[in-house]
Order: sequence, then structure tokens, then C-alpha cells
Amino acid sequence: MTIEQMKMPQLGESVTEGTISKWLVKPGDTVSKYEAIAEVITDKVNAEIPSSFTGVIKELKASEDETLAVGEVICLIEVEGCEPDKARENEPIQSVDKNIGTSQVAAADVTISKARYSPAVLKISQENDIDLEQVKGTGKEGRITRKDLLKLIESGNIPKADARKPASNQVLNPVPDLKKEQLNTMQAKAIQSAVGDIEIPVTGVRKAIAANMQKSKHEAPHAWMMVEVDATNLVRYRESIKQEFKQTEGYNLTYFAFFVKAVAQGLKEFPEINSMWAGDKIIQKKDINISIAVATDTALFVPVIKHADEKTIKGIAREIAELAQKVRTGKIKSDEMQDGTFTVNNTGSFGSIQSMGIINHPQAAILQVESIVKRPVIIDGMIAVRDMVNLCLSLDHRILDGLVCGRFLARVKEIIETTTPQNTTIY
Amino acid sequence: MPVISYIDAVTTAIREEMERDSRVFVLGEDVGKKGGVFKATNGLYEQFGEERVIDTPLAESAIAGVGIGAAMYGMRPIAEMQFADFIMPAVNQIISEAAKIRYRSNNDWDCPIVIRAPYGGGVHGALYHSQSVEAIFANQPGLKIVMPSTPYDVKGLLKAAIRDNDPVLFFEHKRAYRLIKGEVPNDDYVLPIGKADVKRQGEDITVITYGLCVHFALQAAEKLASDGISVHVLDLRTVYPLDKEAIIEAAAKTGKVLLITEDTKEGSIISEVSAIIAENCLFDLDAPIMRLAGPDVPAMPYAPTMEKYFMVNPDKVEKAMRELAEY
Amino acid sequence: MVENRHKELGLSDEKVLEMYKVMLLSRRIDERMWLLNRSGKIPFVVSCQGQEAAQVGAAFALDRENDYILPYYRDVGVVLTFGMTAKELMLSGFAKAEDPNSGGRQMPGHFGQKKNRIVTGSSPVTTQVPHAVGIALAGKMEGKDFVTFTTFGEGSSNQGDFHEGANFAGVHKLPVIFMCENNKYAISVPIEKQLACENVSDRAIGYGMPGVTVDGNDPLAVYRAVKEAADRGRRGEGPTLVETVSYRLTPHSSDDDDMSYRTSDEVAQAKTKDAIITFGAYLKENGILNDDLEKQMNDDIMKTVNEATDYAENAPYAKAESLLEYVYEK
Repeated sequence: MTIEQMKMPQLGESVTEGTISKWLVKPGDTVSKYEAIAEVITDKVNAEIPSSFTGVIKELKASEDETLAVGEVICLIEVEGCEPDKARENEPIQSVDKNIGTSQVAAADVTISKARYSPAVLKISQENDIDLEQVKGTGKEGRITRKDLLKLIESGNIPKADARKPASNQVLNPVPDLKKEQLNTMQAKAIQSAVGDIEIPVTGVRKAIAANMQKSKHEAPHAWMMVEVDATNLVRYRESIKQEFKQTEGYNLTYFAFFVKAVAQGLKEFPEINSMWAGDKIIQKKDINISIAVATDTALFVPVIKHADEKTIKGIAREIAELAQKVRTGKIKSDEMQDGTFTVNNTGSFGSIQSMGIINHPQAAILQVESIVKRPVIIDGMIAVRDMVNLCLSLDHRILDGLVCGRFLARVKEIIETTTPQNTTIY
Repeated sequence: MPVISYIDAVTTAIREEMERDSRVFVLGEDVGKKGGVFKATNGLYEQFGEERVIDTPLAESAIAGVGIGAAMYGMRPIAEMQFADFIMPAVNQIISEAAKIRYRSNNDWDCPIVIRAPYGGGVHGALYHSQSVEAIFANQPGLKIVMPSTPYDVKGLLKAAIRDNDPVLFFEHKRAYRLIKGEVPNDDYVLPIGKADVKRQGEDITVITYGLCVHFALQAAEKLASDGISVHVLDLRTVYPLDKEAIIEAAAKTGKVLLITEDTKEGSIISEVSAIIAENCLFDLDAPIMRLAGPDVPAMPYAPTMEKYFMVNPDKVEKAMRELAEY
Repeated sequence: MVENRHKELGLSDEKVLEMYKVMLLSRRIDERMWLLNRSGKIPFVVSCQGQEAAQVGAAFALDRENDYILPYYRDVGVVLTFGMTAKELMLSGFAKAEDPNSGGRQMPGHFGQKKNRIVTGSSPVTTQVPHAVGIALAGKMEGKDFVTFTTFGEGSSNQGDFHEGANFAGVHKLPVIFMCENNKYAISVPIEKQLACENVSDRAIGYGMPGVTVDGNDPLAVYRAVKEAADRGRRGEGPTLVETVSYRLTPHSSDDDDMSYRTSDEVAQAKTKDAIITFGAYLKENGILNDDLEKQMNDDIMKTVNEATDYAENAPYAKAESLLEYVYEK
């Protein structure tokens, strides 16, 4: 003997409940399968409910006019033996393969390593100077989620980048905001100051220098070459006129002016050098604007001598003097430092005889004019004392190759070596 | 190799299949004696007779429905809708019947019918002779939708459609009929339905499109190449179900994707292509997915000014490509 | 003794008894389906009750080895005649894997069984009509002499697919039998709100085919009309429209309450013409059926129905993930 339950059937597609309007049986009655046991009213139909079993009514679970949800037990029937219905209960006999759902998900998986950041994560990390390498991700396979970063920001415990591996962010970053990125790396968290150390805040100018230098050094593949120039003629010439020049003009006729002029001339003849990297193209500039490096005690400025090729040595000397004065007195304006196409750096002024310049981004090259020093030189098999100077060129190898740079340097060398009262006018 | 037009490739494919298999027949309006309003069935009536090239009453649901019945019996009907715009009365037959026959009968019955229709604008056809209707059918599992761009693809894919044991909608761009010519081998070949085709290899940007727009993309790609921009062009060929692998591969290749359709934009084929890329290529994208499509107005107006505004053309494609390349 | 009407139709006593047995089996299966629905075991029933005579009379007039049938959702009597079994119908009612119609994918009443040339159908009404025309066209092209037989309700005779299909068959003189089982109601809307003409068969003339209206409660009258239509078709004379007039004895479906649009008196009145009673009486009056035989027949049928119910109830469902199969050919 088993007790079977009769449940409220779903009478109609959208029906959720039924009301027993009349019981057609009472406890103790014997019913056969499919014999009506109750009348039920629903929103859609009125119907007699047949028994699903042959047996004796044990208990009515609901009274007349009571409303029951579909699936609720309405009465119990005592059944002899085991009805064949026992096996059914509308369950699939072949059970559903539980793995199907997960295996589909697995198939759709893409291999996400920690280093693959979503655009949203990258953006937040940049805006908040978060070093993603130090963040522990809670996503699948350790991926850092947007929420991970928002939580970090909220906690105020933002891990900053480690200065010892300054390039790491760029390597992983598909859309680098270089300036910002590189400045971030300057904010070295790992280097702590000790007692007696002086902490110097990084000011706007220092920041800009740092960013520009790092951008250039990181972005442009630098190559380097040097030529040795015999400046004996130049030295003699300048010596012969510098006194008079100073008296007439009121400012110094520097060697540097000769070099700037020679470079401007060389650029005119080798316009490839006077160009810029623009991502998918190289822009060859029409104007020859020479940036010159002018140092103060704490910073480095690069004012520009515009249209240097159109100016005389005197004119260049004058501009150098004026620009240097403005820099030292803090009066230099930003438009006077713009539109440079090539940089000449007077490293010789502090005694250097050889140096490797960092290209002034986005220019193609920078020339370092070193100290003029007297050295024994062999000319025509005889030892002579000559005024020698090294010219060092750093070049962006994306734009320039050794050949054209070599020719350019040879030309500048030639101009300097043949600087004489006969060949060269100051005015 | 002979060079033939897009429409000749249609006729050739049908003729060869009718010669090869006696179960293949054609039915539609004006397909018989006249050879079709576009002449796509030209010469077939003379060669195969009125029993196999049937001029039907003017009633699209019957053209589709009768074809479906014959296909269930075991024939290989090719039903022609005179214009894709006029397929609407047959939508119930195509979606409720053809698409579901194999599925609803638990593989007991099948429905190997091909329904051909000329689609597309730029021919002064106004609202009801210019539409692209593929998106209406492109969420109906059970259907396949083929939209070839070249005569070579037309022949290979139409033959494949006729031999396919499931219903295939075969949409032919009516402007391509006589505009596009290409090399088509004389031999009997089929191309796989469901496979996209790389029409041009490139490195900088990826264009994914189908139909006539493939030619616009190829023309623009040629121009961009002279400026050093290298364009990868994927021709979907089958717009439903989509070749997801090929789409993902093409999108990931350059990370910059331009999707083009002549259809109106919202809910179009390229909307789904875009979703596939978004689902699968987050870490490969280098720019937002870009879409070039018709405006969201009911259909293409008659006046040439408005038609031009609506239609995708090589200039619009080139402009979009440059914008994406510069991103 | 009433007039023997079946002999002149070429029907033997055994044949008409067989017809009655199929009618009765149809009725008993249908009644069981209702009980199963009301006890919550199957979600849906759509009924044949009141139309068994038209269905069985028509199906017996066809070539059960060669003709193609495209039944509509009430045609239990048609598909039983064409070889589907009580067990298979019950499997369909319970939506089990073995259901030959759809493997449990479709609601009951959506028939299809290729081995018996029962062409798969759907729920949007009348879509099967152009299919019947297409199969007849294919048969003609292949030189076969089968006919196609399709049924639909009087409401469906307003659908475009009826008119487009009938016209196509008329123009191309195809061997199609269009049979409208007019049961007076399209769910709740009565015939006078469905048609402006008196009979559905009046529509035939527009498509160049004969149209006849016969008593749907008289299986012999339906047999005669369909037999003539089939013969015409096989002779190459084209299609025929047959209208059988009867009455739907149940609500439209298990989800419908018919008392909201018609009276119990009207239903009771119709039940006096129920062919299960009237054709049984005809057989008895002709000495073909007696009380003993009738009881024996009823017992046999109930045994069949019980066995079918038990089998189907205990049969497995298809695997859930099998729903992914058969979208396209494998």
C-alpha cells in the first residue's frame, strides 16, 4: 500500500491556480483511474479533474471554494501495490548531461592572462596612477577587473609604479599616454629618503624635461656618430675680429654662432636631416629653425633661432646672446621655444670633448659641439699643433641612416675647416 | 578563363544544375518565356521546357509554398522572387515552414529549396525595388542566406545552394548583374556555404562586408594602398549563419575594423558581426568598431539626390577607411 | 432494415466495420487526452471529436500506399487511417522522444511521419495548402499517379495560402484534394462571421475546380466525394474542393471555455448527430455490428488506449541538449 498525491493540474497555458468548486468524492470512497474526483474552475476553463490512480480516498487537502496553486496537493489516495505511474513524474528518464552548460562556457573561454587589461581597466589605471603589476586581480585567471581598481581607489591604497622598471607600463599598455605614464614612473615609491637627504620636489619644468627626455629616449632608436674637425682657421679668424666685434656690436662673437650657421647651411643641403617622425610618415620641414640648449642652474631650455639659414653669423650671434639672456632672467616666452627643427648643443662650453645627446623630440637629430682643444695632429706626414673640435651627432634611426648623416657631418666639417676671411662673411 | 557577367554566372549555374539533375526546376513570375525580368533564366525555357521552367501565377506565398512542397517531396526547386522587396507575402512560408521543417519533424523531413531574389539599390528603383531584406531572415536558424559579390562566387555558391539539403535564400545584387564581370571557369565547381573569403590581404585596417559593397571596399583599398595604407578585405559571402572564425581572425589581424552594409544600420547583418567581434576580440581591438550603412529610414527614395545620400559608394567607403586608418 | 449504401461505393462489410473501428479509436484516444490534461499530465489537447466520420471517410477513399496527406491539427482519424498508431499519438501527447511526429518538439496535433507520407505541419494555419500543391506538382513532373490530400477548417479558407494554393493547382491542373472540415466555429467565431458566401465549396469556381459540400457526419458521403475527387485527380482533370459539414463537440482546445460563446443546448443538439452513434446504428441496422461485437470492439480499443497511455507515460523524454540537433543537415 502506498499513498499517492493528487495535485492541482495546470488547466490552460497561462493558468497558475485553480479553485475547487465541488468535491465529487469523500474520504473512504473507492475511485478508479480517470474517474472524476472534483470540479475545478480556472481563469480559462471549468473542468472535472480525473483521478490518476485506482484506490481509496484517504484525505481531502482542500475544502470547496478553496483556491490552490498549480502543483499543490489536493487529496491523498491509498493505492494498492506500485502503479506503473510511479516511474513517471514527468522527469526525463535520460537525465540531462549536467556538463553541457559548463563545457559550453569552457569552449568560449579566451586565454586571459593577468597582463591583458581591458580598456576600462587601463583607463582607470592611467587616471589614478595605478601600477597594474602590483594589483591582484579577482577575475577569471587573475584578471584585474574594473571593480578591483574601483575598490583600490576607494581604499586609498593605490600602488604606484616602481622606478626600477620604468618601461613596464608602456610595454603592456596598448594605448600609451606616454607623458603621463613616464611621469608616473618618476614618482618612485621604492626609493626612500634617508636622514640628511634633501627631497627636491619635481617642478613643472623638471617634469617637462623628464617627460620629453624619456619620451625621446624610449621612442626614438638613437644612433650616434662623431667627427673630428680642424677648427684652426676658425680660431684664427675669430681671434682676429672678436675684439672689434664686441666694441662695435656690444656682444660676443662666439664660436657657437659659427657652428650654428654651418649647421644651418648643412641642413639646407641635406634636408633629410631637417625632418620629423610622425608615426606613419616622415615630415621634412621647409623652415630651418635651430634649437639651442641653454642651461640654468636647475633646468635646461631650448629656445629656437628661427630661419637660421637666412641669418648672418652676426645675426645668429646676436640671437644667441639675447635668448641666453632671456633664459637666465626667466623672461623666455613659450613661443620662443617652439617650432625647432634641429638642435645644436654647446657642450663644449663646460669643457666636454665628447657626449651623447638625447634627441629633442620629435626632431630627427641633435648635434653636440664640444670644446675646441689644441692637439698634435699629423698633416702631410708632419706633426702640427692644431685647434681640434669634436662634433657628436645623435640621430633617430627610424628617420635617418648613417650614410646621409655622415655626408651631413662631412659638409659641416668642411664649412668649419674652410672658415677664413676670404670664404666667410660675418655680416 | 572566360570572363562573364554576374547575371550570366547565375544563369550558367542554374543551367548546369538542371542538366546535371532532373529534379532541379525553376518557378516564379516571368521566369519562363520571358526569361525573367532581369533575364536571369534566359534560355532555360527553350532548353528545358515549360514543365521545368514554370511561369507561376502572381502570388509569392504560393511560389515559395509550392516550392517548399516540391522540395519536401524530393525535388530541387529554385523559386524566384522578382524583387527581394516582394518576398514579404512569402515570409510566413519561408520562416514558419522552410526554416523549421527539418527541426520540427526531428529530421524526418527536409526542405532543399533555393529562393533567389535580386536586391539592392543604386538603380533608381525607389522604395520597393531597392531594399536589402537579409536582416529579416538572419535570425532564423534553419535558413542559410548567401549574398555573393563576384561571378566566380555566384556560380560556385548557387550550385552549392541547389545541392544543399536545407533551404537557402540566395540574394543577388541587381546592380552587380551587368556591372560586375569576372573570370569564371567552365568546369563544375562548388564553393562552401558558410565560409567567408578574404578578397584582399592587408595589415592596417580590416573591412568586413558583402555583396556589391565588397567592390566598393576593394576600389577604395587600392587608392589607400598608394598612400601606404594596407587594407584587409573579408567578403562574408554567407550572411547567415555567419563564419564566426573568419570574422574573428580578420578583426584580430589589424585590430581596426570597418563593417559595411548597404542595408539600413540598426539590426543589420553588420550589427551581428559587430557583436561577434565585441564578444571575442576585446583584447585585439585597436579602435572602436566602425560601421558604415544606410540611414535608418524605411527605404531608398527615388530622387537621385536622396538615392545617392542613402547608398554606400566608393567615396564614402574610402572616407571611412581613412578615418579608421588614422585613428 | 435501412438501405445499404456502402455496397454501391464498393465498400465491403468488413471495410465499413474497419472504418467504424478507426472512428471509435480516434474518439477514445481524444477522450483519454482530455483526461490526461485535466489530471495535469499533458499540457495541451486539440480535439477531433465530431469530425471523425469526415476524417476516416475521406482517408479510406485514398490510396494509403501512395497518396500524400497534409492533415491539419484535428485529423486524428486521417493519420490513424494512414498508419500512425495509438501509441505514437500518445507519445506525441506526452512529448516523448519516440514521438514520430516531432520527437516531442511540437504540440500534439502537429502531425508528420514520412514513412506513411504524412507531411509535417505547423501551427500557422493553411500553410500546408501550397505544400500539397507543390507535392502534386512534383508528382506530375515525375509522372507519378498519386494525389495529395490536404485539410483545413472553414476559418482557414480565408487565408491567402488557401486561395494562392487553390489557384495554382487550378491553373496547373494538379491532382490535389482540398478538404475543408467545416465544424461551424473558428475557435469562438461562427461560420456566418467567417464567410459571406453560403458554403466554403462556393469558392471552388473561382479557381476552376469543382466544389462540393457533403454531410461531415456521414462517412459514406464523404468517402464518395473524396473518391470521386481522387479519381479526377488521377485522370489528370485537376483539383477538387470538398467541404464536409459537421460540428465541433469539444471546446476548441484544452485552453478554451466554449460556454463563453455558445450554449450547452446547441452542443447537446449536435451530439444527437454524432457519427459515432449514427454510423454505429447504421452498421447495426445493416447487421454488421451487434452489441456483443460492439462491446468486444470497445474493450479492444480501451486496451489499446490504456497500453498506449502507459507506454507513452513511461517512455523517456529526449535529452534536453538534443534540442540543438537538426537545425541543418548534419
